[in-house]
Amino acid sequence: MRLRLVPQDTNIDFFKHARLTFGASVVAMVLSLGIWFAMGLNFGIDFLGGTTIRTESSQPVDVGDYRAALEALNLGDVSITEVFDPTFGPEQNVAMIRIQAQEGEESVSPETVAAVQEALRGVYPAMTFPSVESVGPKVSGELIQTAMIAVLASLGAILVYIWLRFEWQFSVGAVAALVHDIVLTIGLFSLLQIRFDLATIAALLTIVGYSINDTVVIFDRLRENLIKFKSRDLREVMNLSANETLSRTLMTSGTTLLALLALLVLGGDVIRGFVFAIFWGVIVGTYSSIFVAKNIVLMIGVKRDWSKPDAKSGTQFSNIDA
Amino acid sequence: MLQIPLWNRLMIILVLLAGLSFAMPNLFYDRVERHNDAVAEIEGTGATNDALEAERGLWPEFLPSTLVNLGLDLRGGAHLLAEVQVADVYEARMDALWPEVRDALREVRDEVGTIRRQDAPAGELQVRISRPEGIAAAVAAVRELATPVVSLTGVGSPTLDVRGENDLIIVTLSEAEREATDTRTMQQSVEIVRRRVDEAGTREPTIQRQGRDRILIQVPGIGSAQELKDLIGTTARLTFHPVVRRAVDADATVESRQILLPSMDEEGVFYVLEQTPVVTGDDLVDSQPAFDQQTGQPSVTFRFNPAGARAFGNYTAANVGAPFAIVLDEEVISAPVIRQAITGGSGQITGNFNVETSTELAVLLRAGALPAEMVFLEERTIGPELGADSIAAGEIAALVAFAAVLVFMVLSYGLFGVFASLALILNVGLIFGVLSLIGATLTLPGIAGIVLTIGMAVDANVLVFERIREELKTAKGPARAIELGYSRALSAIVDANLTTFIIAVILFVLGSGPVRGFSVTLGIGIVTSVFTAIYVTRLFIVTWFDRRRPKSIEV
Repeated sequence: MRLRLVPQDTNIDFFKHARLTFGASVVAMVLSLGIWFAMGLNFGIDFLGGTTIRTESSQPVDVGDYRAALEALNLGDVSITEVFDPTFGPEQNVAMIRIQAQEGEESVSPETVAAVQEALRGVYPAMTFPSVESVGPKVSGELIQTAMIAVLASLGAILVYIWLRFEWQFSVGAVAALVHDIVLTIGLFSLLQIRFDLATIAALLTIVGYSINDTVVIFDRLRENLIKFKSRDLREVMNLSANETLSRTLMTSGTTLLALLALLVLGGDVIRGFVFAIFWGVIVGTYSSIFVAKNIVLMIGVKRDWSKPDAKSGTQFSNIDA
Repeated sequence: MLQIPLWNRLMIILVLLAGLSFAMPNLFYDRVERHNDAVAEIEGTGATNDALEAERGLWPEFLPSTLVNLGLDLRGGAHLLAEVQVADVYEARMDALWPEVRDALREVRDEVGTIRRQDAPAGELQVRISRPEGIAAAVAAVRELATPVVSLTGVGSPTLDVRGENDLIIVTLSEAEREATDTRTMQQSVEIVRRRVDEAGTREPTIQRQGRDRILIQVPGIGSAQELKDLIGTTARLTFHPVVRRAVDADATVESRQILLPSMDEEGVFYVLEQTPVVTGDDLVDSQPAFDQQTGQPSVTFRFNPAGARAFGNYTAANVGAPFAIVLDEEVISAPVIRQAITGGSGQITGNFNVETSTELAVLLRAGALPAEMVFLEERTIGPELGADSIAAGEIAALVAFAAVLVFMVLSYGLFGVFASLALILNVGLIFGVLSLIGATLTLPGIAGIVLTIGMAVDANVLVFERIREELKTAKGPARAIELGYSRALSAIVDANLTTFIIAVILFVLGSGPVRGFSVTLGIGIVTSVFTAIYVTRLFIVTWFDRRRPKSIEV
């Protein structure tokens, strides 16, 4: 007996509820954008500048006490959150304190950090500070810029690659699916106000990498089937390709999600946001490669005759292994 | 049909063995690290002792001793991003140029009349002449001082821009010279930071130039970013100035080309000094902590190079009886009176030192002054306990992920799943082997990258297995199905992994620190997982198939 995520031969019509699924994606994207603009993102110090201090003590964290201790320092916006994690020991009480970038400071000020540590030690003398990180406003501005360049560059690179390997319609479909994944992830981060920092950008790019992987496998099969069944309806061929690869799509998502789940639960709080983003991204990425990318290609239409390599179309790689 | 040539098999096995042997030392991380440290110390100092030999004996010499570097977030330590104020140097250059300009203009005194240096914006030298009609001659005379720029890009253009406005000569560094100067400033700064960090004897610091005027400094194992800043952040610029007079408040008026600096030890004492130093620390060749012969107080001795010794000798000979000030980073350490000409080129600084501070100052002076001030834009301290917790959590998560994926694969694909699982284990071994071999740094997101790879690595296998399943329905016999499965899945495997690889490259190029660590493991993971899926699993399957020759197979 084998474990099967999907039956042996599936014949699902993925376009049957195309309006519903595609519509749901569009609505989700619009909602995400709306949430993003309305609620904003909970930017970490990488993008905002400022200081985060991780505190650890054997006494339970009392956010009120911490706040009272720091009030006198006049640091502006201070956020204090207690951190919970299954990997912590019984005597391990952790909190994260975030201080905004202080007015008129290009770089970071060690005096502020020292003052904060002293004030907190006034509350709990045995408190330790496992990590202190400060980013000056000058760098944080550049980091935002680099991050945006990274995301755009990866989309551009994929657009070109798919275009060279397949056809431009495929690349539009693939990139649309990626934008969908990115927007939904940002939307969720905005909705749950999870800290958005450099690691999140790395997670976004990983999602892009994973989702494109998924999409390309289906496209690859689609190209093969388009050659095999020249006269069949495009929609039918697409359904066939998606059905044939469905088992693989779900297997890979399954193993990846399984591995990520272990990391999400047991990997510690430091990378939880990062792992959570990828976890969510794998789910939406799998969805988008089945329900978004193909629909876009179907809408634009695609070249049907793949038997003769067309010198002008720029698909010089397409007949290598097809 | 279903065959792999012998040389091909050997290559695959060889790659696996090499990868695993480079990965193996990581299983004994602590022992190998102590062994490596001991070897480095023995080779570095040339001397050895029993303790070091014992440490070295912890790991046999004939085995590979490559280790994956642990990033700051795993080992703990400090990270600094410093911006070097390269424009500072322009100012110093202008100061150094002034005597030359003065001499050059004196030679054409008949045409330009008397000259006087004016206060000017930083990086500019302005000289007023008393006869405006001689401005052309003055500008020509100053231009003579410019030399061709020595750099790759600006060859041929002069080092100075000189222009005249009425009776004012304005001198600045030319664009090409500024660039060349910036490059030199950065090289010097990086070198000096490296020397200072090395003097402190920490393990594997990362010191690299970033962008136009930044230096990234990462030192594992150091207690805090503050400690690191104390070590490298001091400019340690030593200068000797003629003293004009003493003052008692910070608002004392000074004339042009004079500066008012506070005393380091005496509260409320200030000195008015001539701005142009007689000699600077640039001319120092050595500095040692010492004790003053008369008082027994800790002090610091120094020795000048010949040029410095000459300048210092000439000045002291001409100014016996006058005070001069020893200035460190804009503070007057002391202002002794010159008793006699100091011609030997060496001297001693006494001040309010204790043994520790005099040693520190000697180290700083010896390593050289930073050519320009550094401003810290980013600083991170990660405690070693947090790193250890992260490693522990990452290890557990990776093991659980591993086990879960293995079980899932075996349940789904039976025997073929076992093959894939074996390949997956080898795959993780290979990743560590490559990471150790290229000396890459493992960060916390890097561990996440490995776990993600564990999940995704099976993808190529899944593609092949699913394809074999399909081919079994139509193809003639299992051998043919396996072969077709591999050849037909290849295009999807290549496309899917290349796109992900592109992302890893972009992350590597644009990312920094932990994110870059993630891109490295992701990229390596893609390469090794394609290798194991296409070659290693196939080798298993083909070998098994050859032995058993099953009539039918179930995937």
